[in-house]
Amino acid sequence: MKPTTLSHSPWLRLLLRRLFQLVALALLVGTVCFFMARALPGDMATRIAAGRYGYDLVSNAAADAVRAELGLDRPVGLALLHWWGDIARFHLGVSLVTGAAVWAEIAHALGRTLLLSAVALAIGAGLGLPLGIWSGLHAGGWVDRVVLVMAVALRALPSFLLAVLLMVGVAVRLGALPVAGGDAAGSVLLPALTLGLGLAAGLARVTRGALHEVARSPSYEFARTKGLSDRQALVHHGLRQAAVPVVTYLGLQAVFLIEGALVVETLFAWPGIGHELVHAVFGRDVPMIQGAALCMGLLFVLFNLGVDAICLALDPRRRAGGAR
Amino acid sequence: MKPAWQAMPPAAPERSRRVSVSRRAGLGVLLGLALFSLLGPWLLDVDPTRQVLADSLRAPDGSHLLGTDVLGRDVLARLMHAARLSFGLALLAAITAAVPGVLLGIAASWRGAGVERALVMLSDVVLSVPGLLLVLLFAALVPGRGEALYVGLSLSLWVEYFRVARAASRAVLASDAVQASRLLGFGPGHVLRWHLLPALAPVTGTLLAFSAAQAVLALAALGFVGVGLQPPTPELGLMMTEYLPHYEEAPWLIGAPVALLMLLVLGMLLLAGDAEGA
Repeated sequence: MKPTTLSHSPWLRLLLRRLFQLVALALLVGTVCFFMARALPGDMATRIAAGRYGYDLVSNAAADAVRAELGLDRPVGLALLHWWGDIARFHLGVSLVTGAAVWAEIAHALGRTLLLSAVALAIGAGLGLPLGIWSGLHAGGWVDRVVLVMAVALRALPSFLLAVLLMVGVAVRLGALPVAGGDAAGSVLLPALTLGLGLAAGLARVTRGALHEVARSPSYEFARTKGLSDRQALVHHGLRQAAVPVVTYLGLQAVFLIEGALVVETLFAWPGIGHELVHAVFGRDVPMIQGAALCMGLLFVLFNLGVDAICLALDPRRRAGGAR
Repeated sequence: MKPAWQAMPPAAPERSRRVSVSRRAGLGVLLGLALFSLLGPWLLDVDPTRQVLADSLRAPDGSHLLGTDVLGRDVLARLMHAARLSFGLALLAAITAAVPGVLLGIAASWRGAGVERALVMLSDVVLSVPGLLLVLLFAALVPGRGEALYVGLSLSLWVEYFRVARAASRAVLASDAVQASRLLGFGPGHVLRWHLLPALAPVTGTLLAFSAAQAVLALAALGFVGVGLQPPTPELGLMMTEYLPHYEEAPWLIGAPVALLMLLVLGMLLLAGDAEGA
């Protein structure tokens, strides 16, 4: 590739790749959900009718009415095309159970998930970065050792176990915070702490490694030799170099956040996307499953796009191309 | 799911002994768990679903080494069967992900150009969906069936092998040794057998342990929130859900599956070198 004609190419390539991922995501999730709707055992119309009216009040007439209303008797190929067309036009349909627009329910849940993720990220960064920076600059010190032990312990704890420990310890024993739900004040703290602690453990270790590496590098040595103070050398030379692996790691942790949201939201009954998704799976509410899955995938791809962009902005070597 | 190979520290000479000790310990823990799950159900011939309601919530003693649950089922038997199910399913998924993943990775860097671009696009498709979400979607497709979970796990895991194999085999293919082999007239089969596979074997082995452990965790997480396998199947996540309400009067119940999972993750962390970035 000639660098002159494609001076914007790293950014463009980045965007195109993620855009392609979005389309692929929609097709993949859409197709799986379509076949999910088709392949569910039992008569779908009866099930939906039962969901709406209760199992005791379902008659064949009610099931037939639901079937006609939702067009459940179309041939497969036609239905799949319809299905894709609906997604392409952002018609996500209505929830089969509540009858409310999927879009509205998802939009509500999305706000809660974003809040949870933001608080979790803040906790993770607020705890992990300072600890990581300190133990990176004072490698082998007691802070470094304590952080190492804590990080390994936290990493060895799956997030759903940490969630239960926090619930039992903080909420039930101490009564300090609400156990679950999304309405009471401070109810975001426990789920966010669950996600944030796991994140902080990884971040502290990666930051420590990156800074340790930087502090031993010749460029840092030179910055110190030419007379900069510890603080100046750290702020002007250390942090930016160390930031690249840390941000990359954060990108990898997007999966952790999203998957964590799925499990942690369900556990804490936090009314976000993951909670909606799991409950849609219980209720076999396929449009809701699809909407929630699409939304989670979208968040995931956008988060990755942001991380890629930050890495590109931080690291001139990547912009020059070839480095990949 | 994290790429395991990035977490592995380069074996610097002054650390290599410590690292190898911790790696061996990790391998030992994982092997022990594998033995426990494979041989356990065979050694302890107890039906994990047999209920004796008179024996509800017995503390651990001679006849029930880990006590019984609220329905009077033997917890050790349940734990062993759950471990066998989880580990078996996870290992199977990891292996079926590894074989096509590694081969496609080699194919991508060998053929380059169009083939590589197409394969990278394919992997991007899978990467657009978080792993657990993909597994959940497949689980929702056929509720309560292990097969669906297995397909979802394999589909989400192969990408990691593909990426690692592609990056690693590119360096091998460009090496002097492979060039010499080709100049001497050896075919692709020879290069694959004597150059690529030996170079890829160690990293693939570590990755295999990692992705199997991730699969176990994913299964447990799905079981725990209730969208994975369904009762009365003994499954680690399900067992935790069942035992959690009794944590006060019978803490050993919830302790058993939790300890098993934590041992698994600990073994995995040790195997990867003592800690990432160390």
